[in-house]
Amino acid sequence: MTKYIIRRLLWVIALLFGVSFVTFVIFYLLPSANPALLRAGHQPTAALIKAISHQLGLDKPWYVQYFDYMKQLVLHFNFGYSYEYQLPVKTMIFNRLPATVSLALGAAVIWLVSGIIVGTISAVRPRSRFDRSMMGAALVAISAPPYWLGLVVLFLFSTSVGRFPILPGAGSYVPLTQNPVHWFTSLILPWLVLAASFAAIYARLLRGNLMEVMSEDYIRTARAKGVPERQVIIRHGIRSAITPLVSAAGVDIGVLLGGVILVEEVFTIPGIGGLAYQSILVGDLPMIQGTVLLGAFFIVIMNLIVDIGYAFIDPRVRYT
Amino acid sequence: MSSRETLLEVDNLKVEFRTDDGIVYAVDGISYKVKAGTTLGIVGESGSGKSVSALTTLGLTRGKRTHVSGRILFEGRDLLTLADEELRQIRGNDIAMIFQDPLSSLHPFYKVGAQLIEAVLMHRSVSKSAARDRAIDLLELVGIPDPHRRVDAYPHEFSGGMRQRAMIAMALANEPKLLIADEPTTALDVTVQAQILALLEDLQQRLGMAMIIITHDLGVVAEVADEIAVMYAGRVVEHSSTERMFSTPQHPYTWGLLKSIPRLDTPRSEDLVPISGRPPSLINRPTGCHFHPRCPYVRPQHRSIDPKLQEVPGEFGHEVACLLPAEMRKQIWQGLQAGQTPQELRHLVEDKEAPKAVAAAQPAQEGGS
Repeated sequence: MTKYIIRRLLWVIALLFGVSFVTFVIFYLLPSANPALLRAGHQPTAALIKAISHQLGLDKPWYVQYFDYMKQLVLHFNFGYSYEYQLPVKTMIFNRLPATVSLALGAAVIWLVSGIIVGTISAVRPRSRFDRSMMGAALVAISAPPYWLGLVVLFLFSTSVGRFPILPGAGSYVPLTQNPVHWFTSLILPWLVLAASFAAIYARLLRGNLMEVMSEDYIRTARAKGVPERQVIIRHGIRSAITPLVSAAGVDIGVLLGGVILVEEVFTIPGIGGLAYQSILVGDLPMIQGTVLLGAFFIVIMNLIVDIGYAFIDPRVRYT
Repeated sequence: MSSRETLLEVDNLKVEFRTDDGIVYAVDGISYKVKAGTTLGIVGESGSGKSVSALTTLGLTRGKRTHVSGRILFEGRDLLTLADEELRQIRGNDIAMIFQDPLSSLHPFYKVGAQLIEAVLMHRSVSKSAARDRAIDLLELVGIPDPHRRVDAYPHEFSGGMRQRAMIAMALANEPKLLIADEPTTALDVTVQAQILALLEDLQQRLGMAMIIITHDLGVVAEVADEIAVMYAGRVVEHSSTERMFSTPQHPYTWGLLKSIPRLDTPRSEDLVPISGRPPSLINRPTGCHFHPRCPYVRPQHRSIDPKLQEVPGEFGHEVACLLPAEMRKQIWQGLQAGQTPQELRHLVEDKEAPKAVAAAQPAQEGGS
């Protein structure tokens, strides 16, 4: 097991190297903007652009730039300075991270709880009125784009433009450390919007899994033992049916921790997603690198955690 | 044997499932009794309704699309009319069940010991450590070596035979009065099959419980069962003591089952006689005698007359549902034992030019049923 984890961690490092390299290459092959030009003012002269390019180190060959960047990163854990803000990338990302983590984890709690409850009831009573209406709603939730859903709920419920302003603070994020109550109320709508499609997918996934599990032989054994039906469902059924959800949740949360561009933008939450989006628009290479690496890091780490966790969930899984 | 009390009495049990393709007549009016401490073997092909009848005993076929009628009396209480909770208290307590595939029948995520402890705690209010001690005792009882260590193993760490032993241990957790074993040896290696059967027989004698062994293999019940019921297409077609079933079988289907068992004591030149055709659909069952499409001795009237289970003349307690006259069945069985094939014996049932004795006997037997 330890060997396995060490091997996987080495792979994580190799993978992050690969990701940083690819991001660099893409930036130079298909630049989203010329950072020097953007900083040269309204009437840029060639000399000024050249001077700024030199200052940012952009006049060196790309592989030299990459090497310099990686040297700083590996030796000093330094992600460089943002072209746009003249601030360390690391500081900016850590400033923005709490908002994204709040958004992603809060939404995850909502979609896991609601998805599991709805999926279970639907599986136990297939084709019932509850099942039909919930699976219909799930289809809508999966099909609805989050930015559209976000605008709709803002229009309906926000204090500024809403028709039914029952949830104040939506669209005005406040950090948890500043005011926990405002933090919570400002995040309710973004959480629901972000969780909607995931909840729908998880409910359908669990419904399908659980229905299949409930026809397994070991469920029949549990009933034959005299286990009450509720315990048969929870202890024997869900216990098995939930394992694919665990791996899905790990990966989904990993992806979201790397930034939730659309929902962050709609609700003006100062998270990683907005930062990444802005830095791409202005060709802020160090910031692009930083956010991409952060996203990749969360994804591979969550994958690793899921894989290790699997050995605890399913005793048949052994790692060597 | 006959002086013992009747523990389980199944009376005209019918189980029908509503499906998208139509109604499945899985069990169609079967009756049998199991006396305390005895073993009943229920034999039949897959789809003959033998498992469904057993699952219905425990209420495991209950559902919106299931229609059950008849009576299943266990110690005088009709299990079919019991509330779910009352039935739950009987399951795994008074009546326990083991299944065909012990690997898929044990929960893959829980330790064997945990599953045994759960079985104990379902029906007894004892402490968890007492339940664990009981689990270890049970594993020892069913012959699992080193039970103190094995109690913490997962099912996938057991061999096939050990898994079935663990299943048996779980079924015995609350000392049931009746153990239903549904194809207990089918998924096991041949060498292990004999061990499991010997174990079941030994446990039955030590614990004094009654057993129902469900199998497609007459060989399995030959040693263990006191009585045998042969099922075909949801019905009992023959029912007798084990000795009679092997010495004077009456139903062409039973003959087919007996003749398709390879035996060491018959000459190798004698071919096995498989039963031709496939088990019938339980949605669109054959008219008349359900076995007629596959019966080598079918006569035209068998396609329309439905045989009833009747006692064989001169054999107390031996019942058969067959339209052939008893005398004719005797001749055919003698012929089969002498090594003749069903084709060679077919002439016995062909209508001959007015053989008066037979012609007179037929309508009486066939019309009367």
